[in-house]
Amino acid sequence: MYRYDEFDARIVADRVAQFRGQVARRVAGDILEDEFKPLRLQNGVYLQLHAYMLRVAIPYGQLSGRQLRRLAEVARDYDRGYGHFTTRQNIQYNWVALKDIPDVLEKLAEVEMHAIQTSGNCIRNVTSDHFAGAAQDELMDPRPWCEIIRQWSTFHPEFAFLPRKFKIAVTAAAHDRAAIAVHDIGLRIVQRDGATGFVVYVGGGQGRTPHLAALVKDFVPETEILDYLEAVMRVYNLHGRRDNKYKARIKILVNELGETEFTRQVDAEFAAQRGSEKINLPQAEIERVHAYFAPPDFTATTAADLEAFESAKREHPAFAEWTEVNLHPHKAAGHASVTVSLKPVGVAAGDATTAQMQVVADLAERYAYDDIRVSHAQNLVLPHVPVAHLFAMWQALDAAGLATANESLITDMIVCPGLDYCNLANARSIPVGIAVQKVFEEIKYQREIGKLHINISGCINACGHHHVGHIGILGVDRKGEEFYQISLGGRADEKAAIGDIAGPAVSADEVPGAVKRVVDAYLGLRTGPDEKFIDTFTRLGMEPFKEALYAAG
Amino acid sequence: MPLVRNGAEVANEWTHLDDAAELKPEGSVTLSLARFLAEADSLAGRNAPLGVRLVPGDDAALLEPFLEQIQLVEVSFPKYTDGRGYSQAQLLRRRYGFTGEIRAVGHVLRDQIFYMNRSGFDAYETARADLSGVLEALTEFRDAYQPAADQRAPVFRHRHGS
Repeated sequence: MYRYDEFDARIVADRVAQFRGQVARRVAGDILEDEFKPLRLQNGVYLQLHAYMLRVAIPYGQLSGRQLRRLAEVARDYDRGYGHFTTRQNIQYNWVALKDIPDVLEKLAEVEMHAIQTSGNCIRNVTSDHFAGAAQDELMDPRPWCEIIRQWSTFHPEFAFLPRKFKIAVTAAAHDRAAIAVHDIGLRIVQRDGATGFVVYVGGGQGRTPHLAALVKDFVPETEILDYLEAVMRVYNLHGRRDNKYKARIKILVNELGETEFTRQVDAEFAAQRGSEKINLPQAEIERVHAYFAPPDFTATTAADLEAFESAKREHPAFAEWTEVNLHPHKAAGHASVTVSLKPVGVAAGDATTAQMQVVADLAERYAYDDIRVSHAQNLVLPHVPVAHLFAMWQALDAAGLATANESLITDMIVCPGLDYCNLANARSIPVGIAVQKVFEEIKYQREIGKLHINISGCINACGHHHVGHIGILGVDRKGEEFYQISLGGRADEKAAIGDIAGPAVSADEVPGAVKRVVDAYLGLRTGPDEKFIDTFTRLGMEPFKEALYAAG
Repeated sequence: MPLVRNGAEVANEWTHLDDAAELKPEGSVTLSLARFLAEADSLAGRNAPLGVRLVPGDDAALLEPFLEQIQLVEVSFPKYTDGRGYSQAQLLRRRYGFTGEIRAVGHVLRDQIFYMNRSGFDAYETARADLSGVLEALTEFRDAYQPAADQRAPVFRHRHGS
């Protein structure tokens, strides 16, 4: 993984000192709250319902054991013993005191971490495929380019006060696990005639007006990608709407100008760049960053290892089940990527306790090349695990309540914090998610259903990605009562689609039954166990599912 | 209102003239972009310092043919959260090669000054920061990851000794 050099370390140290000064000036009254707000936001500090919330950046979702252990300590020493992993591969602490935040940032800096640009109207943490560097289906590892983009966008002086927040995601795999179609900029790394470059999509997003990103450029060579990103950003900074917060995202600009005109403006801006304006990242710098992401020296797996693995599965059906559900194919022989589910039934999705984080950190160091990822589905991932260690790892995870076998199954839901924590929410998300989980708790039932993503948001801002859930659930306020609107057919992968609203919203009590009727309808309608829910929906359309949803419960 | 230019507090000898106000032959004044463009021909013969004040929606490119004629561009920030002025300044400095003063006016806060300086500003009119605050803001970060309109070499140049 990337390691800071003296420059990276100094930039983060300077930031900590700056924020310490800003907090001191705020406390002294030299900065008004209104003026302080964007400063704290650009350090990831939100004022939430009950307290300040601190969001810490986990660039493209990657952590070392040492870093995760530090996050665990922050949870223990400054929060209530847990943290919340987010859909943007970051972690949030919900109960941190403002006065402590400079100290927290200093502790994070010691392990090469920060909270820079995790909120505010600037370029946010760059996200990527949580199996990057491990997945069989990737063209190359996208992380080096994520890191290059991270550095370029960090404290970019021109783009710190954009019309609205700005999110960039990068994938290099056939199956898009980074949801690039619903990002402000989505980048797909490709190769053309031996040259590496990027397909550039712009203007995707969720929120109250969901849009899929438009294809803006089908190939930008790697040497020009930062210049091209600058062109996109400048067009947005100058022309994005600032009159209405809800129309300020780049998706609205792309939509109002039209894809053709927007692309023309970006191309014109790109063509107008003078030689002296070009970034000209040296080849040596591109190579320097890539060198940090060289694959680990994968250990060889012996026939005895494989035999022991098979025999452990025979002896421990729960282990066998977990390997069937939570492992992902790895590019190196004798290895797998492990999903550590943070979705046991009855727990807020994405929450992990201090002890759990410590367990995962230890396991990563002991068995898994000291590499940990946060997935946008709010789980942790150990991307490189030798088969020989899977059983020991499972036992340790199981003891810590981290071996739930539900990766991509119906109980592996994306759920925003909702009205329990968030001051934007209209309705609670966590209890509704748990109520739905309970209906499908039995693992046999879940596996019979197969891959099915339920995403829940507590308001129209769509932090729970309900628009792209196969089944999306959106909390709405109806005269002070919480209701839930159900949409079907959304997806965030390479076939991305925005779900269609099925019909009138239902009450919280009705949600679990309604979802169950939709799922049971699918089981009756599918051509066979190989046809996933989303594929049956695509084949048959809304009608039969809508009928089931609103059938008398 | 205090004005800090090139690291020192200086007197402000400029006045911004409303579009309706009469332009006298003497005095250092800035005009709105619209007025400047409309009167560009007659302004060419004026023998006193002249400048333009941009508002966030102004297209800085329209000034390009006239940059020899003006000594100052005031980039205004009616709200500090409106970041269009950063792009205007970058364009003036880096694309159109303006070498005169670029001054931030309006809602200019200490904690935006580092970004302003990197974007090509060299003067700041601010009611919300004193000289020491401005100077501190200018040096809060010793490094920068990306090239911009200032003289700082980006970190990648230091890394590779070029």
